[in-house]
Amino acid sequence: MLSIKKLHFAYSNSPAVLSNINLNFSTGNIYGLFGKNGEGKSTLLKLMAGLLFPMTGSCNLHGEPTKKRQPHILKDVFLVPEDFELPSLRIGQFEKINSSFYPSFSKTQFYDLLEEFGLSPSNTISKLSFGQKKKVLIAFGIATNTPLLLMDEPTNGLDIPSKSQFRKVMASAVDQGKCIVISTHQVRDLHSLINHVVILDDSKVCMDLPLETISENLWFGMTPKKNLEDVIYTESTLGGRAILARGERDETEIDLELLFNGVIEAGVKITESINSETHA
Amino acid sequence: MDFDNSKPIYLQIVDFFYENILTKTWQEGERIPSVREVAMMVEVNPNTAIRAFNHLQDLEVIYNKRGIGYFVSDTGYSKVLEVKRKEFKEQDLPDVFKKMKLLDVTFEEVKSAYNQHQNEKK
Repeated sequence: MLSIKKLHFAYSNSPAVLSNINLNFSTGNIYGLFGKNGEGKSTLLKLMAGLLFPMTGSCNLHGEPTKKRQPHILKDVFLVPEDFELPSLRIGQFEKINSSFYPSFSKTQFYDLLEEFGLSPSNTISKLSFGQKKKVLIAFGIATNTPLLLMDEPTNGLDIPSKSQFRKVMASAVDQGKCIVISTHQVRDLHSLINHVVILDDSKVCMDLPLETISENLWFGMTPKKNLEDVIYTESTLGGRAILARGERDETEIDLELLFNGVIEAGVKITESINSETHA
Repeated sequence: MDFDNSKPIYLQIVDFFYENILTKTWQEGERIPSVREVAMMVEVNPNTAIRAFNHLQDLEVIYNKRGIGYFVSDTGYSKVLEVKRKEFKEQDLPDVFKKMKLLDVTFEEVKSAYNQHQNEKK
């Protein structure tokens, strides 16, 4: 659905934020986009939404560049940004003005979600707290029913019950026609939702795999006392959590935090062990 | 020491089904929640929920009526009972035996603790 080819991007006179990025996003998936601070996650999302333009390379939605900002392409994307300015309107007015840009917008869904988040259409947006404003945008983004939904740190600012509500809502929002990309540091909040991992490091993509492939090839758990040669990555020498080649071991749940640290520290070793097993 | 296995999420969903079937919350022949409903209930990606449904379908614990939904099969309860009994004997009991040995707890002690527990329940 959305494909990025040989994309380079830098903010003026600064070193490249993203260089030679190749990624494909397809429907039916929830992608988790991870990277350290300043690795270009938000930049990538803005490029995907046509808010920034690639210096070289391309970013195409349905085969057309998002940087052209064609209305028939932009109606299929919605970005929930990390920080934002919203007009001083009542939520109801905000919906009336903005929903007309999205032909598949569902009013019922929007107001149901608002209610679930404890907000009322008569609330004035500027008087809401940061977390509440974020909820307005999340609800609006989901209700637009765009095939591509981009979310930058959506759980930042949400209170504890809302995080669970958010997961429920997202679990019900994804279907075969939708592609959702979520960038986050809050791995624990979203771990059960995503089914594909993209990790950015050093302005490059250093992992782009479905969780299924990862759990087929890697094993996550306590560092074993014997067979230390199987250990691909470990946080501390003994007793800590470790990543091993799975081999004949039972499938384990992926420890995303450990995977992330592993890819940052020992990326090549991890990708090699996945490649060697999938090709074996 | 053995590995610490944190179970894959789809198997934890399978366990959630097992429990509902064993406690008869979901009876044989009864319709169970849809993939989407289960995904929402446990807050997971629907693809993960589908994996759990497929696993249970392969074991013939549930079956799919096209266009209507998933149902507990007529032999669902006995199938689950069989699986869980096997799991208890092969995984839970050896752990208990290992601890009994380590803490020098005799079988007689366990037996009287069991009887006491049964009496308290009444």
